[in-house]
Amino acid sequence: MAIKIGVLAKQVIDPEMPMAAFKIDDGSKKVVPPPNIPPVVNGFDENAVEAALMIKDAQEATVTVISTGTEFALDVMKKPLSMGADELVLLEDSILENTIDSFLTAQYLAAAIRKLGGFDLIICGRQASDWDNAQVPLGVAEILGMASVSLGKKVDVTDGKVRVERIIPDGYEVVEAPLPSLVTVSNELGQPRYPTLRGIMAATRKKPTIWSASDLDLDSSQSSAKVSLRDLFVPVSDQDCEIIEGDDPGDSGRLLALKLREDKVI
Amino acid sequence: MAEGTGVLIIGDTSGGELGSTTLELLAAGQAVATELGEELAVALLGDTVDVPAQQAIAHGSQKVYAVNHPLLAQYQIDFQLTAVEALCNEISPRVILVARTNEGRDLAPRLAFRLGVGLAQDCLEVSIDPAEKKLLANRPVYGGNAIAVVSCEETPQIAAIRPKAYEPTEADHSRQGEIVSFPVELDTSMARTQVVDTVIEEAEGIKLEDAHIVISGGRGLGGPEPFAHLEELAKVVGGTVGASRAAVDSGWVPASYQVGLTGKTITPDLYIMVAISGASQHMAGCSGSKVIVAINKDAEANIFKEARYGVVGDWETVLPALTAALKELTQA
Ligand SMILES: Cc1cc2nc3c(=O)[nH]c(=O)nc-3n(C[C@H](O)[C@H](O)[C@H](O)COP(=O)(O)OP(=O)(O)OC[C@H]3O[C@@H](n4cnc5c(N)ncnc54)[C@H](O)[C@@H]3O)c2cc1C
Ligand SMILES: Nc1ncnc2c1ncn2[C@@H]1O[C@H](COP(=O)(O)O)[C@@H](O)[C@H]1O
Repeated sequence: MAIKIGVLAKQVIDPEMPMAAFKIDDGSKKVVPPPNIPPVVNGFDENAVEAALMIKDAQEATVTVISTGTEFALDVMKKPLSMGADELVLLEDSILENTIDSFLTAQYLAAAIRKLGGFDLIICGRQASDWDNAQVPLGVAEILGMASVSLGKKVDVTDGKVRVERIIPDGYEVVEAPLPSLVTVSNELGQPRYPTLRGIMAATRKKPTIWSASDLDLDSSQSSAKVSLRDLFVPVSDQDCEIIEGDDPGDSGRLLALKLREDKVI
Repeated sequence: MAEGTGVLIIGDTSGGELGSTTLELLAAGQAVATELGEELAVALLGDTVDVPAQQAIAHGSQKVYAVNHPLLAQYQIDFQLTAVEALCNEISPRVILVARTNEGRDLAPRLAFRLGVGLAQDCLEVSIDPAEKKLLANRPVYGGNAIAVVSCEETPQIAAIRPKAYEPTEADHSRQGEIVSFPVELDTSMARTQVVDTVIEEAEGIKLEDAHIVISGGRGLGGPEPFAHLEELAKVVGGTVGASRAAVDSGWVPASYQVGLTGKTITPDLYIMVAISGASQHMAGCSGSKVIVAINKDAEANIFKEARYGVVGDWETVLPALTAALKELTQA
């Protein structure tokens, strides 16, 4: 039987935008999306799509991508489809505005997963590059009562089990968990595949399923945030850099050595 | 969960001693407990916890919960979670501090969701808002481009502290504390995940996190070979080599070399960055370095806003000259 794989993917502002484009609105304490720089699918979530497609390359599987948020850029969110995913489900609602709280996000994602009939394997990114929380996946796993393995760099499914090479500080460990399970992946998984022309064509024809919060069965006690934002600011660096300038770059290197010696850092 | 009182630290005893991140948590916890005027306690999970219990007391813990069980000897998330959840339900702490280590990254979020409370992730600093006895946490977000101050709405308020954000305090062996044994019931069937193999790929030499001098290379090196020049400099000054994610993603060095938000956090006395632009996600792992030196051919590179000393130039010329001069100076 085909393995049902769910991938959780978030739309984020491009983390590689020039630093000067990063702005916070002081009044609302919100990050202002940079004009003219389109959002992207969170980088680690593209790794998650890749991990799912690699399983699909090897055996019969379906890949459904699920996202919650507001103001989705459809062409951006369709990228996983053009890479080869089968289905896209967008849960769009003002209640799911991008905040630092993971609790609501996880509740709604878990509810969407239930409504979709559950998955054998759920793959997520290790963290979203906006709030860098690294907790939504573990929350979803906890809510759905699933085992979880984080920081995967290789994910295989055999005999009803998932086998994950999990990154540890000095190497990796091989972890096995029964299905259904949830796995998060990191960039060490490797470069996600590029959409093919055929994939792009197929994706244009596919219509995402779009739900709002009211399409899901959640009671209000589960829909209040657990973490609140008191302040948000850009840290200022008070570092003055002393540029060492010699007659030529080699000379600068020598002067730098002298400086470090003088300052007793070496 | 009820109002709760006291600060509970989830300790690490994996080496038979109190781990360095637990000592850091004790420094953070002492400050928070004092501000609250409440008790500081440490939970030690393992099969034997006598030595670390004494260490925890010497570092300011008033109480140690010895959660002894053979199945806790090795880290396994389901066992740990069951044990910590049981303890939290029993003692209702106001604040729980976890280190954001390899293990803590998994434990803290699952614990928060299991208890139905919020979690402040990846904190650099925690303090107390005295009016509401709320924990205030400063934490970098957006790859370090911004700092958020957050608080948790419910008790226990859980914070995961970034390793090396706090300096351990001095041990005082005259301190007295109470050791309370907390039995838990665990059986092997609870473990859903299983580690079947461990592969260590560590480079030889000094560990990146422990090195006093680190020399990292980035995308501007253009390939794996130039890392040999970095190794040479490292040998001259007794340091270790690291890298940016761009260099790791290109396959030039193993992932264990990566410094940054999703790599290692380092705080060396001297950090030399060669052909690295200084993106916030890289700086997130090295901004605690005492002296940062940048070698970059682009005078506009962000790193020149963060470094103490900089050389604008091609590494191919600057680096060999630096290495040769340091060799001369240090051998003199
Ligand atoms: C969620 C997330 C997490 C991330 N985590 C990390 C992380 O943990 N660690 C990390 O490092 N990055 C991380 N990144 C990536 C980060 O944003 C940058 O892309 C990365 O750090 C860039 O690496 P770099 O400086 O080597 O490359 P570049 O930014 O391409 O910079 C190369 C530099 O080399 C200089 N150069 C080129 N040629 C020469 C020469 N001949 N001589 C001297 N200088 C030269 C250039 O002027 C340039 O400044 C993360 C990104 C995201 C989105
Ligand atoms: N709004 C969202 N929609 C879909 N997936 C999400 C969302 N938020 C987080 N995730 C998933 O959870 C991972 C970790 O996110 P976070 O816990 O927010 O750092 C991401 O890489 C995604 O896989």
